[in-house]
Amino acid sequence: MQADAKKQSWMYENMFKSRYYEECMEAAYLEGKQPVFNMANGPVPGEMHLSNGQEPCAVGVCAHLNADDAVFATHRPHHIAIAKGVNLKAMTAEIFGKKTGLSGGRGGHMHLFDTDVNFACSGIIAEGMGPAAGVALARKLRNEPGVAIAFIGEGAANQGAFHETMNLAAVWNLPFVCIIEDNAWGISVAKTDATAVPRNDVRAAAYGIPGEYVEGNDPLAIYAAAERAINRARAGDGPSLIEIETYRLAGHFMGDAEAYRPEGEKDGLFSKDPIPAFRTHLLESGALDEAALKNIENAMHTEVDEAFEFARAAAEPEPAEALEKVFA
Amino acid sequence: MATPKRKLTTAKAISEAISQEMEADNNVFVMGEDIAKLGGVFGTTTGLLDKFGPERVRDTPISETAFIGSAVGAAAVGMRPIVELMFVDFFGVCMDAIYNLAAKNCYFSGGNQPIPMVLMTSVGGGYGDAGQHSQCLYGTFAHLPGMKVVVPSNAYDAKGLMHTAVADDNPVIFMLHKNLQGMGWLGTVKGSIVDVPKETYGIPFGEAAIVREGKDITLVGLGVTVHMALDAAEALAKEGVEAEVVDLRTLVPLDRDTVFNSVSKTGRLLVIDDDYISYGVSGEIISSVAEQDSSVFKTSPQRIAFPDIPIPFTRAMEQFALPNKDKIFNTVKDMMKD
Repeated sequence: MQADAKKQSWMYENMFKSRYYEECMEAAYLEGKQPVFNMANGPVPGEMHLSNGQEPCAVGVCAHLNADDAVFATHRPHHIAIAKGVNLKAMTAEIFGKKTGLSGGRGGHMHLFDTDVNFACSGIIAEGMGPAAGVALARKLRNEPGVAIAFIGEGAANQGAFHETMNLAAVWNLPFVCIIEDNAWGISVAKTDATAVPRNDVRAAAYGIPGEYVEGNDPLAIYAAAERAINRARAGDGPSLIEIETYRLAGHFMGDAEAYRPEGEKDGLFSKDPIPAFRTHLLESGALDEAALKNIENAMHTEVDEAFEFARAAAEPEPAEALEKVFA
Repeated sequence: MATPKRKLTTAKAISEAISQEMEADNNVFVMGEDIAKLGGVFGTTTGLLDKFGPERVRDTPISETAFIGSAVGAAAVGMRPIVELMFVDFFGVCMDAIYNLAAKNCYFSGGNQPIPMVLMTSVGGGYGDAGQHSQCLYGTFAHLPGMKVVVPSNAYDAKGLMHTAVADDNPVIFMLHKNLQGMGWLGTVKGSIVDVPKETYGIPFGEAAIVREGKDITLVGLGVTVHMALDAAEALAKEGVEAEVVDLRTLVPLDRDTVFNSVSKTGRLLVIDDDYISYGVSGEIISSVAEQDSSVFKTSPQRIAFPDIPIPFTRAMEQFALPNKDKIFNTVKDMMKD
């Protein structure tokens, strides 16, 4: 079904919020890392995987989800966390390593857990597959509503965890959907050099479940495909697999010079940036007028700015708190 | 009213404990390879399918990464899964789900998402199953943070520790030694088959048991090596040497105090472990006593453990490498000279 105006507005809001969040994160991350780049320095140390360009995947899927539905994201999690409704202040404080962060600074940007909205992510490729199937199994065993979604990248579809879990979810008929964000690159290795099939949706046939490929990084097309898969899962008809063509407008991580990309590829991708494209669509279709869009954008600026201010102002944890929370 | 005494094998004690936990809490369920119709290759789930049905007693595909990862997800939302990794040696195909997910998600979530799951697995050799079906790997699991590690030496402890494991809000690696399991097709150390109460009872983690008292030397073992130590102690007693035998029971948490107090009394320490010798349990036990107060030692502490070689198949070679009663007896005799 076509997303209605309210849903489209929500989707734009979260895409815009996510992009602005990453812009703020990029600036914060680079603090203390110039002129000499050293990942260990600055208020946000460690690796940083920005999600610029992949926002449609997050909003097109999460537009169908409630807090009961579980989402497992990847090492590139911010857009998905935002669309799932993760507490933005606590998430930002976590990425800054602060005491009021989601885990008090123990996890960082690849390990964000918000149990209120059933969101988690992890730093190992395809690692969210098993836990997502496990939540789906729990929902089924308890006869509770709720589906589980594992987001992975196209490179993760070559991991054992992907194949094992797709089979398990299919043989147990679990309310589970696997979403593959195909940004065409596994760090520096092109999908064409890593994956034996042009599109991973065909792999669904190996598990006897529906598979679908969504072209064009189009939030509305993703919304429609996700709706089919999630409805199927909610109806008890089992898992589905969706691969989405998306664009990674940033490097794999910050500091990645991206010399492996063919010349001009990046310019071509920027010209297809999904956020201005969706904005134009909303204006032209009459779903939202300029004033309404501006209102959304201003509100998102404020919300994100407040999250960063919260994170910067938050207290550092006591170092010895590192010894706590290993066990419940 | 006292229940009549009955002796159980470890396998029966474990399946009874799981059955009682499943009766008490619908969130407890079991999954693994061959655990439903077959009742577990090592008998840990015998009878559960008939009692609880295939939803709660689930045969899995041969996909350890998927089903152990799923246990983590189910535990995260309040289920209490018990999963079986048939042989501990198979951890190589699924360790990510164990040490990167199960063991770390509590920490990564700042304690907001505990992972209450039990992973039970079979360990140990001595019956010619060669190098991919005979390892113990106690030290491997105990080394990595975030998992509790349990190694019972008899059926009574196995049941009590299983009740505690299911009640625990953390991942518990429950390591069952094949020589103690009581399978008809595999030899069983007689001392592991003991009286087991029908009712449920918990044995706290982190409490070692002094299974024989003595004043001359402390023998520390776990799982099957406890029985080797007891046999050696019996023989030593005939020669006037009184050995105290400590059964560690859990490696994480580790009862360092009981070991230290025993060595303080005896002045001598010998650790017996059928896991690989280097970087493992034996070194940890010795260093934990030495760190606390090395003046308690009347003689250098010693260890008998599996040499740093893959476990060989042929009987003569495997038995040469494993700890046994005679090795313990002879080492103790040497240590008593000092």
